[in-house]
Amino acid sequence: MIVDGSEGSLKKFLADLAPVDQVGADSRAAMLATRSIKTTSKAWAIDMAISMVDLTTLEGADSPGKVKALCSKAVRPDPTDPTVPMVGAICVYNDMVKIARTELNTLGGKDIAVAAVATAFPSGRASLAVKKLDTQDALNAGANEIDMVIDRGAFLSGRVGEVFEEIKIIKQLCGDKAHLKVILETGELVTYDNVRKASYLAMLAGADFIKTSTGKVTPAATAPVVLVMLEAVRDYFILTGNKIGVKPAGGIRTTKDAIKQLVLVNETAGPEWLNPSLFRIGASALLNDLLMQRIKLRTGHYASANYVTMD
Amino acid sequence: MSRIDVNKTYKLFIGGAFPRSESGRVYEVKGANKKFIANPSLASRKDLRDAVVAAKSAHSGWANATAFNRGQILYRIAEIMEGRSEQFIDEICELEGVTSKAAKIQIEEAIDTWVWYSGWCDKLSSVTGSLNQVSGPFYNFTSPEALGVVAIFAENKPSLLGVVRTLAPVIAGGNAAVLIASENYPLSAITLSEVIATSDMPAGVVNILTGKSSELAPWVGAHMEIDGVDVAGLSKKQEEELRLVGADNLKRVFRFSSINHPDRITSFMEQKTVWHPIGI
Repeated sequence: MIVDGSEGSLKKFLADLAPVDQVGADSRAAMLATRSIKTTSKAWAIDMAISMVDLTTLEGADSPGKVKALCSKAVRPDPTDPTVPMVGAICVYNDMVKIARTELNTLGGKDIAVAAVATAFPSGRASLAVKKLDTQDALNAGANEIDMVIDRGAFLSGRVGEVFEEIKIIKQLCGDKAHLKVILETGELVTYDNVRKASYLAMLAGADFIKTSTGKVTPAATAPVVLVMLEAVRDYFILTGNKIGVKPAGGIRTTKDAIKQLVLVNETAGPEWLNPSLFRIGASALLNDLLMQRIKLRTGHYASANYVTMD
Repeated sequence: MSRIDVNKTYKLFIGGAFPRSESGRVYEVKGANKKFIANPSLASRKDLRDAVVAAKSAHSGWANATAFNRGQILYRIAEIMEGRSEQFIDEICELEGVTSKAAKIQIEEAIDTWVWYSGWCDKLSSVTGSLNQVSGPFYNFTSPEALGVVAIFAENKPSLLGVVRTLAPVIAGGNAAVLIASENYPLSAITLSEVIATSDMPAGVVNILTGKSSELAPWVGAHMEIDGVDVAGLSKKQEEELRLVGADNLKRVFRFSSINHPDRITSFMEQKTVWHPIGI
């Protein structure tokens, strides 16, 4: 037991964490982004990235029709090419979970998880009672993964015990039924030190995954932030032997961006994390770019957006 | 004390910015007197790819702008060129080895070409569209719509006029353009990109690459996102090869005479016909 869960022990643990070298993190992330991934490695990376995509739609305008269309895209991303792997998961609001689960099962996508954004996503501004109900509702509808947001207000005011307690309660609700992803909303945490602290806080409280952002705030998943989180995950594994997953979300739109993320994973957490059960990419527009790059590798000439589906 | 020369770095024009080639390559351009003039960027297929991405994302905004607004912006290009004529004249004289009088005639003609096509923007649908007679209670009308992304291989000489008379009609109709400048006479195209960057033209509608058309032509031909090509600067053989690989996405490939004509605009447009019930 690293911490006993009391506010005091948490504060001490977080205060003892080494601070992040900001300039170092920026330049390391920038250096890794210059790696050139070509031909067979690129083909491998594209397929790996597709299988890691959490295909997401989190709009007020979402409808059952749109979610169903997204599900069929998740199962067969490129209808003309059966060799394209399925995506990792579908990520939707609570009320769409049941529709997504049923549709995926019908289409042969039983292995694709349905992730629900619960706990008053995206702001997290609701009472604990409401957050618990929100989570329970998603679980009852059949969600395999719960993407919860932390209370950034409490975290930034130093009330880390409150944040810890909240994650713990939601984790208890999830039990064995669902994986818990904890969204840090790094765009609101301001410093890399805070990102490191929030990462540890979430992992100590029982998160299965730590996720950068809701996608509603910019900046979202910048490379240095993902680097800091991957380092936290690696160090936490050395400390405890538990493997925690990482999910960058928001702002990853091109194949190049996605491959840069994979390089970061390989060089920071290690090749074991190059696996959809430990690394996911939250995205919507990215999948089309991955498919177009895949077509380019297969046919040898540049593809057109007219030949992939519009979402 | 003599002043140190401030030489210009000749760059590409992609998405409203002036990047160097991602390949880092440049090539040498010599003047009519065989003397070194400039080291323009030698664009690679990846620069072409980036230019097409920029053009594709700029296309819908440009095509959906009012025809009147497009005309205004084309006219604005003419205005800005007028103020830059000295620079164009110097470059044309140096490269083509013509007299400054001949260069002046060329730039005047180029400016007039912009004005001519700017006038066409808001008249095109009236002149080339139609109200069709059908045997039923329907209004049936046809109007032209832009194709999408059009690539242009500019001819060698006249180096400025050759660029303008291919580029102006393509963008007048609402297409986004990727222009590949003449390998040996690229300076006018580069200076034109600086004019366009300051003419209220939305970024990405015009993209200008310098380099070898022989290197880029096969990639242009096979690129599925490019909908039309003006092959003015390609040889017959290169054109044939481009047509072969371009058949995959039914590219419109054209070579025009040097005359300005509204057909040059409509060649890169599609006619859309709409049926509408009368009385509703």
